[in-house]
Amino acid sequence: MERILEFVIIFFEFFKAGLFAVGGGLATIPFLYEMADKYDWFTKEELLDMIAVSESTPGPIGVNMATFAGFRMGGIAGALCATLGLVAPAFIVIIIVVKFIEKNKDNPVLKKVMDGLKPAVTALVLVTALNIFNEVFFIKGAKNFLKNPSIDLFNYKSLILFIVIFGIRYAFSKNKKLKKLHSSVWVLVGAVLGIVLKM
Amino acid sequence: MVDLFSYICPNEVYMKKAWQLFWSFFRIGAFTFGGGYAMLTMIQNEICERKKWATEDEIIDCFTISQCTPGVIAVNTATNIGFKQDGYKGAVAATLGVITPSLIIIILIASLLDNFSDNIYVTRALNGIRVIVLIFILDAVIKFWKSGIKNTAGFIVFAVSLVLSLFAKVSSVYIVIFALIFSIVLYMFNKCKEKRTMNTKEDNDGKNS
Repeated sequence: MERILEFVIIFFEFFKAGLFAVGGGLATIPFLYEMADKYDWFTKEELLDMIAVSESTPGPIGVNMATFAGFRMGGIAGALCATLGLVAPAFIVIIIVVKFIEKNKDNPVLKKVMDGLKPAVTALVLVTALNIFNEVFFIKGAKNFLKNPSIDLFNYKSLILFIVIFGIRYAFSKNKKLKKLHSSVWVLVGAVLGIVLKM
Repeated sequence: MVDLFSYICPNEVYMKKAWQLFWSFFRIGAFTFGGGYAMLTMIQNEICERKKWATEDEIIDCFTISQCTPGVIAVNTATNIGFKQDGYKGAVAATLGVITPSLIIIILIASLLDNFSDNIYVTRALNGIRVIVLIFILDAVIKFWKSGIKNTAGFIVFAVSLVLSLFAKVSSVYIVIFALIFSIVLYMFNKCKEKRTMNTKEDNDGKNS
C-alpha cells in the first residue's frame, strides 16, 4: 500500500512540474531541484548526472529527465509514473486549446494574438540557436575566444562539418529525393562523422 | 537511401491512422537531440513532406501554441498534431509515440551504463550531432522568420523579445505574456483608429453631400 502511495506522489510531483514548466524541457530542472530537497529520491549531484545523460540521449530533455528521475525512485513503474505525470497536464491543456482554436477559427482577435505571438517565439528560437552556435564552435564560449583568440578555443572541425553539411543541404534544397530523406539520416551522419573525425 | 528507415515501419500506409501517428512520432522522438526547436525540421520533414498531414504554416502554428502552453514542446506538438489527425485516439497515439523511445533508452542507460555521458565515443558522436542540430535550428529560425514577421509591429515584438531574452535573460514565460498583451493592445488601438477614420470619413461624406 505504501509503495502505491509513493507512485501516486511521484505522478503528482511530475504532474506539477509538467503543469508549471512553460517553454520547454529545461524549465523542468528547477522542479527537480525542489524534489531533491523535499524527498530522498535522489541527491543534487545525481541530478547533475541526470541532466548530462538527458542532454546526450535522444528524446525531449524534459521527458528524459522525468524518466531518469522516476527510474531512480521506483524502477520501471516509477519511470512510467513520472513520465506520464509530466505529460498529462500538457495533454489536457493542448486538447482544450486546440478545441478552443478550432471553434474560434474566424475570430479576428485570436488570429491577431497568434500573429503577435509568432515574432516572440521566433526570437526565442533564435536565442536557442545562438546558444547552440556558441556551444558548437567555441570550446569555452565565444567570450573567452574573443578575449584570447587561439585555435585551441575554436572548434574548427565543427566549422568544416557545418559548412559541408549546410552547403549540401542548401545546394540540393530543391531536390525532391533529398527533401524526402528522413532527417534522422542527417543525425546519424553527424554521429558517425563525429566519431571518425574525433571531434 | 530514401527508404533507409522504412524497415522500422513496414507497409505503413496500410496501418490504421493511430498506428501511423505512433510510429511517425516514435521516429521523431528517437532522433531528437538538443530540445524541442531542433525538432521543427524533423517534424516538418516527417509530417509535411513524407506524410503530408499538415502544411508548413500549420506546423509553425503548432509550435507557437506549444511554446505558450505548459509542458515539453515536443510532446505538446505531438498531442496537437495527433488530435487534429485522429481525435483523442490520435492524440494518445502521437504522445505515447514521442515519449516511448525516451522511456526505453533512458531505462536501458540508467540500469546498464554508468558514466554514459563521460564515454569518449559518446562525446564525439554528440559533438558531431550538435552540428546537425545547429543546422536544424537555423532552418527553424528561417521558417519562423518567414511565417512570423510580416510587418513593423511584428519586427518590434521580435526585436524587443530578442533583447529581453538575450541580454536581460528574461524568462520565456514573461516574453510570451508581453507579446500577448502587446498584440491585444495593438489590435484594440487599430480598431479604435479604424472607427475614428470611418467616423471622419462619414463626417466628410456628410459635409460633401
